[in-house]
Parts: sequence; structure tokens; C-alpha cells
Amino acid sequence: MIGLSHYLAVAAALFTIGVFGIFVNRKNVIVILMSIELILLAVNINLVAFSSFLGDLVGQVFAMFVLTVAAAEAAVGLAILVVYFRNRGNIAVEDLNLMKG
Amino acid sequence: MIAVAAFYILSAIAIASAFMVVVARNPVHSVLFLILTFFTSAGLFVLLGAEFLAMLLIVVYVGAVAVLFLFVVMMLDIDFAELKAGFFTYLPFGGLIALILFGQFVMVGGAWIEKSVSAEAIAAPTPAAAAVSNAEAIGRILYTDYIFLFQSAGIILFIAMVGAIALTLRHRDGIRRQNVTAQVGRTRAGGVEMTDPKPGEGVVL
Repeated sequence: MIGLSHYLAVAAALFTIGVFGIFVNRKNVIVILMSIELILLAVNINLVAFSSFLGDLVGQVFAMFVLTVAAAEAAVGLAILVVYFRNRGNIAVEDLNLMKG
Repeated sequence: MIAVAAFYILSAIAIASAFMVVVARNPVHSVLFLILTFFTSAGLFVLLGAEFLAMLLIVVYVGAVAVLFLFVVMMLDIDFAELKAGFFTYLPFGGLIALILFGQFVMVGGAWIEKSVSAEAIAAPTPAAAAVSNAEAIGRILYTDYIFLFQSAGIILFIAMVGAIALTLRHRDGIRRQNVTAQVGRTRAGGVEMTDPKPGEGVVL
């Protein structure tokens, strides 16, 4: 029988792969953004799994808000990426020091 | 039995395609594997009884976010092979971090004891699936208890939309653009000219 821990294991694996993706694709902002989407998806799986197994609907409502923030983040992130590409001609993360922060 | 098999198949595909997202050479393949991950996760949500969220995942993620990624990947003219160059340099460090993180997850999972939650602690008990569908049950609490959060989610999306448009909109010089004021302000005197050319002559504009 599939229990809560099975779903948590899947979510943990997806989260780890997302973090791994951020580290190995240090030059490619697009894949980094996709890795962040994977991490948020793992969190959503956790929320929905707990919601389902504890019988509390609030987890699913909260997963919806996570989805909203993820969509907004992807839209703004990709817009910044397009503007950056227009100004610089590449998207290498290592050159992202325009603001000298 | 079928649910167990479906869980293992879906989660295996989800993890494998998530791995392919981060290691694929071509970012277009990455986006397509991301879509596959979202689809299989939607399947897992259906198994968990969250049909509404599963459909939302497909509509929002596959229909909007992944297509946005696909647009950007295809529109930007980038040498992706060059961006992939440092992959094997970062692989040991990234793998180490990932192993430590996953080890911590396993340790937390090992120390975690599943306890039954008291009925008072549950904020919004899931109604029986036969009586109320999942979407209706979510709507009942989303539009009542969580209406302010729902409205703020809408504001966040609105601000993100305005921000994305404001960032990417640019006015280039030297291109022909519709001038509504000039169009509407045209009069017959300025727009029509009567000429009477003789046969064999043209009209000079």
C-alpha cells in the first residue's frame, strides 16, 4: 500500500534534483529557472500529499498559492532574462555583475 | 493494485524526466522533459485525490509556464553548447551537495513518526468524495476562509504581468507605428486631393 512516506520520498528526490540542477548548470539561467520550478513542484507534492493523508484541504489551497507565485516568478524571471539578452547578447550567469553588488 | 502500480510508474517517470531536465544538452529537450515531469506529477495528484490541482498543474504549468520557457529558449539566439561547458567541472561539487541534501532528507524521514492528528487541529476537513467533488470542496473554503489570500494571489499575478510587459516593451525608432491621434484627427481637407490629369500624364503624389 502506498503511504505518505512514499510521496515524501518522491518529493525529496525531485527537490534534490532541482538543487543539483542549480549547481551543475551554473552558466545557463534558463535551466536554473527550470530547476527552481522543479523545487516548487516538489514542495507542491509534499503539500498535496499531507493534505490528502491528513484529510485537511488547506494544503491543496496552499499548493494553489505556491503555483501562483511560481507562475509569477517564471514570468518576471524570463522577462528579465530577455531584457538582459537584449542588452548583453548572452545569458552567462557569471557576467551578471552589472550592478556591482 | 492498479493504484500502486500507477504510483510507481508515475513517480519513476517523474524522477527520471526531472533528472533529464537538469542534464539534457539541449534546453528545448529540458523544457519538454519539464512538461513530462509536470504531467506525471499531475497523475500523482490524481492518485492523491486532488483532481482540481492536477488539472491546474497541467493548465498553468504546461499551458503557460512551460510554453513561456519554450518561447524564450527558441527566441534567444544563444550557443547552448558553450553554456554547457562547465558541466563536468561543477558535477562533483553539485553531486556532493545533492547527496548531503538527500541524506538529510532520509535522516529526517527516518526520525519522523507518523502520528494521528487530532480532529481539532485540522483547519478544513476534506468532505467525503462521494458528497462533494474536490473542486467544489476547494472552492467552498477558497472563496470564504481564504478570500483575502485569493485576492492577493490575483494582485501578485497582475503585478507580475505588468512587470513582465514593462520590462520587455521597447519603442524602437525608425519603424512605422500606428498613430491613433493622427488617424482620428484627419479631415477631408487634408486627406483628399482632387486632380484632373490630362491623358497620358500621371499624377504626382
